[in-house]
Amino acid sequence: MSPGLLHFTQLVVTGLVIGSVYSLVALGFVLIYKATSVINFAQGEFVLVGAYICLDIIVRFQIPFGWAFLLTMVFSVVLGLLVERLTLRPLIGEPVITVIMVTIGLATVLKSIVTLFWGTQIKVFPPIFPQDPLNFQGIVVSEVYLWTLGFALLFMTIFAVFFKYSRAGIAMRATAADQQASQSMGISVKRIFAISWCIAAVVSGVGGILIGNINGINITLADFGLKVFPAVILGGLDSIVGAIIGGLTIGILENLMGGYLDMYFGGGVKEVAPFVVLVVILMIKPYGLFGTVEIERV
Amino acid sequence: MPTGLFYTKYQDDEKIFHTLWVKIWMWALLIFLFVCFPFVAYPLSGFFGFSLQHMANMIGIFIIGAHGLNLLTGFTGQISLGHGAFMGVGAYTSAILFMKGGWPFWLSLPAAGLVTAGVGMIFGVPSLRLRGLYLAIATMAAQFIIGYAMRNWTSLTGGSAGLNVDRPSIFGFALDTDLRYYYLILILVIFSTLFLKNLLRTKTGRAMVAIRDRYLSAEIMGVNLFKYRLLAFGISSFYVGVSGGLFAHYNLVVSDEHFTMWLSIQYLAMVIIGGLGHVLGGIFGTIFMVLLPELLRIPTEILSNIYPNIFAIFGTLRELVFGLVIILFLIFEPDGLAARWHTIRAYWKLWPFSY
Repeated sequence: MSPGLLHFTQLVVTGLVIGSVYSLVALGFVLIYKATSVINFAQGEFVLVGAYICLDIIVRFQIPFGWAFLLTMVFSVVLGLLVERLTLRPLIGEPVITVIMVTIGLATVLKSIVTLFWGTQIKVFPPIFPQDPLNFQGIVVSEVYLWTLGFALLFMTIFAVFFKYSRAGIAMRATAADQQASQSMGISVKRIFAISWCIAAVVSGVGGILIGNINGINITLADFGLKVFPAVILGGLDSIVGAIIGGLTIGILENLMGGYLDMYFGGGVKEVAPFVVLVVILMIKPYGLFGTVEIERV
Repeated sequence: MPTGLFYTKYQDDEKIFHTLWVKIWMWALLIFLFVCFPFVAYPLSGFFGFSLQHMANMIGIFIIGAHGLNLLTGFTGQISLGHGAFMGVGAYTSAILFMKGGWPFWLSLPAAGLVTAGVGMIFGVPSLRLRGLYLAIATMAAQFIIGYAMRNWTSLTGGSAGLNVDRPSIFGFALDTDLRYYYLILILVIFSTLFLKNLLRTKTGRAMVAIRDRYLSAEIMGVNLFKYRLLAFGISSFYVGVSGGLFAHYNLVVSDEHFTMWLSIQYLAMVIIGGLGHVLGGIFGTIFMVLLPELLRIPTEILSNIYPNIFAIFGTLRELVFGLVIILFLIFEPDGLAARWHTIRAYWKLWPFSY
């Protein structure tokens, strides 16, 4: 391969891996929006909390990664339940602004609690997956990247199956379609809300662990959650397929733009490129690729 | 004092001061702020352990911005997570025009407002097709994009080192002390409050409130959504731009670290805690939010006897309390301090025959 093409492919592959984690977190975000019509600005803090809890379990209690992973998921479930019960349920029926603001408040609280416990220094996961670079015809991919991609895809598949076939999954889809109708069919909407928040916390926690394995973790990991917004806007706010495709696309796009434009703008293009994409999408195709277009006629 | 509503004309209903007493109290407050406050501020500062004059200036600066956000969020129903960055646009505009362009302050400050209004309207364009949710996300993107520009457009903004700004003078009167600057801020606060209050009584203001309450109905009644939403964005950004300009010349240095997402959140917290859709809300909310960190110092100092390293985590504790205050207010007092104020006043109006 020519050096130019090699560079390009390398960027795409790295972007794909990061994008798969975006997709996972975006999945949680869309789930909450679909089921409860809440825009969750605390998604990034769920990522953060998941990563730190897992790290702490491994390092402090010397528990092997597999168990730590499961324990983190249990913790995330509890976190999701608590958040839903304490802050979101009292606000059912309140205006959008109130609900958005409460998730922002929640984000602040979670972030400062994490800072109080773990400080702001960057922490590195003990190597769990082999870090050896694998070489595919010149494209260098660290093995941990492949594991991350695999895990992300695995979790997405699990949730796809869950929505399609399980009882709770079908109830969730019904609630998303019409709350009143599903309530009259005997579905407990409150329980569905709680389950949505649990799942969102769990997938975000998993995303946090995966990304922590690659980059190490510190408090700025919470900004990772904000990158979810470009992904879901691109895919359409209420589309699960859209979240997955949007996440992958944004991951690849930001890596490409960072790789090619950094030299012109003095670095850090990666951080801002997704948001430029976001504004452009909002201007030309506001409901994204797969989102439901709201039609209002006067 | 009247014990009920006895309006016989629409003009009575629209009055800013419904009774003579309200007017008298307002004048008393203004006289206190203009004449007495500077004398009281200095001795009291020693008592409280922080400069009351400095606090008053900060409150004044942020009241102007909070009024702007309140017009947009509280009266037009458009949520903005970008007002921190918009304030930054105002601050940088005034600083650059004043320091590099050599403009006089009385021109650079309004220019800061106008430039910010322009930037705000660009990011407000998606609001015309989208509902509140999307707008929150679009303005959040504005926050990040503008923040990036402030950091990386080094030739214009000085990058992360920031820009140094001088204290200005207006028509030969140097605003070089906190007290002199205080009068400028006070006058602008009064003017901006009056403008907001009066705007709401005009056709424009009513159209905005109609859009907030139910935009479809408003459109049916003939309100031009495009025009009024964009106008709300423009005026709101103008306010926050002026506030940014004032901040730049008061703080003497502007850098991107002042205008992060965190500031946008604080602005939202100010109007929500104060009371969305009340002119008083912006004032109460700002006073509360600016004083909160100072008030937090008192328990922190007491606790520092037990936990000596508590000052190291003071910033984090402050954020924690901010977040908790926002959540608790939204759950238990969703209409904010202004609504509570009205309740208390209504109680005393009919006292002792409240029922």
